[in-house]
Amino acid sequence: MYGNAYIDPNEKANAMIAGEDPIKLAEFEARIARGEKIEPKDWMPKEYRKQLIRMIEQHGHSEIIGALPEGTWITRAPGFRRKMALMAKVQDEVGHAQLLYSAAETLGKSREDMTNDLITGKSKYSNVFNYPAYTWADACIIAWLIDAGAIINQVANAKGSYGPYCRALDRICTEESFHLKYGHDNVVTLATGTPIQRQMVQEALTRWWPPIMHFFGPSDKISQHSEILMRWKVKMASNDDMRQQFLNMYVPKIWDLGLVLPDPNLKLNEETKKWDYTEPDWEEFKRVINGGGPCNAERLAVRRMAEERGRWVRKALYNATEKYVTPLA
Amino acid sequence: MIKSLDPRVTRENIEENNLIAPLTPMDNWETYEVFHQKKRGDQHMHVGIVHAPNPEMALLFGKEQYGRRSITANIWVVKTANVFASEYDDADMFETTPEKQYREAGGYKVMDKINKYKKANKA
Ligand SMILES: [Fe+2]
Ligand SMILES: [Fe+2]
Repeated sequence: MYGNAYIDPNEKANAMIAGEDPIKLAEFEARIARGEKIEPKDWMPKEYRKQLIRMIEQHGHSEIIGALPEGTWITRAPGFRRKMALMAKVQDEVGHAQLLYSAAETLGKSREDMTNDLITGKSKYSNVFNYPAYTWADACIIAWLIDAGAIINQVANAKGSYGPYCRALDRICTEESFHLKYGHDNVVTLATGTPIQRQMVQEALTRWWPPIMHFFGPSDKISQHSEILMRWKVKMASNDDMRQQFLNMYVPKIWDLGLVLPDPNLKLNEETKKWDYTEPDWEEFKRVINGGGPCNAERLAVRRMAEERGRWVRKALYNATEKYVTPLA
Repeated sequence: MIKSLDPRVTRENIEENNLIAPLTPMDNWETYEVFHQKKRGDQHMHVGIVHAPNPEMALLFGKEQYGRRSITANIWVVKTANVFASEYDDADMFETTPEKQYREAGGYKVMDKINKYKKANKA
């Protein structure tokens, strides 16, 4: 507790709460400790606001950009039903972005500024979407396993402390269950199909395994910083814990289908009850997230094109007498 | 020009460095609060916001965003600017103080009196 303590702004551990009113900070932390939610107009530490905006905004961008590799396959999905289902899924993902941007907006960053930061490359989005979906099977692996990873992350964050983000995530998680089932069904269809279909899904899985292992990010450093974010219920689980949870839930399902994962060290350690695996290549992760991936340029160029070509419609509908007010919840 | 795996993207002839003018405030319009009624007889519940240039489009976006999947009987949209809300800091005004038992069902206990009366009049 920081109730009566003087917070030294020069002390590195306290940099996150430097300059904050100790009484308000104590009330804020007590509210979170009681399991209550923080609402938009409540007092909150500057760093809490900043970290949440960054996190929710990036989550929104990931939904928008994630629709692109999957959208690639809408017109070529095998059969009318799969085309319809994929279209519905992609529409959901774009809807998720709307919900997330709305939540971030309550913290004071306008939607226009978020879009600007995306299209100039200032804001990041999930690194997996910088990889292409070469075949139909890639789109199936994304729908099953990337969405599975996203669900683990979203279910954890839905128990966080910021009301609008939790409410958005609750809605999102409901829709994700369809994505997961749809993706699993597609992968099972290929894996139990002809030898060519099996080969196609195996190749897609091999391609996607490294990005999937990157998905939850590098091990969190144990730092005062992450400790405070955990106490504020901004961060709900460590990256490694989420990765373990994913492996626990999905490796057996993948092996059930007789598919092979491209990591000879991957196995459940009977002693630790945790999964052993080859450490992912974090240099590759950094290279891709900083613009060096196969699709970074394309993703942002497409997003800018959509923005630019749709602009005249939005301008035509604009009414100069209206004024922006930050949403309430 | 971007050559994509997605033929729809390739067809658009997009320059890789297609820099565009940044968005300016109100490009995405103002916001409307959306209220969703699941079925006739239920209360409308606040479900979130949409950005829209007018109420008609707010209803359209509200339908896409909040009525796309869940069973829906009706939705309302209200401009955020037209909502007046109390302050969380004033939440103490909602506290029911213990001496206000007179306005709760539990504040009325008659069985003691009835039993006492019955007992007295049986004798
Ligand atoms: Fe999503
Ligand atoms: Fe999804």
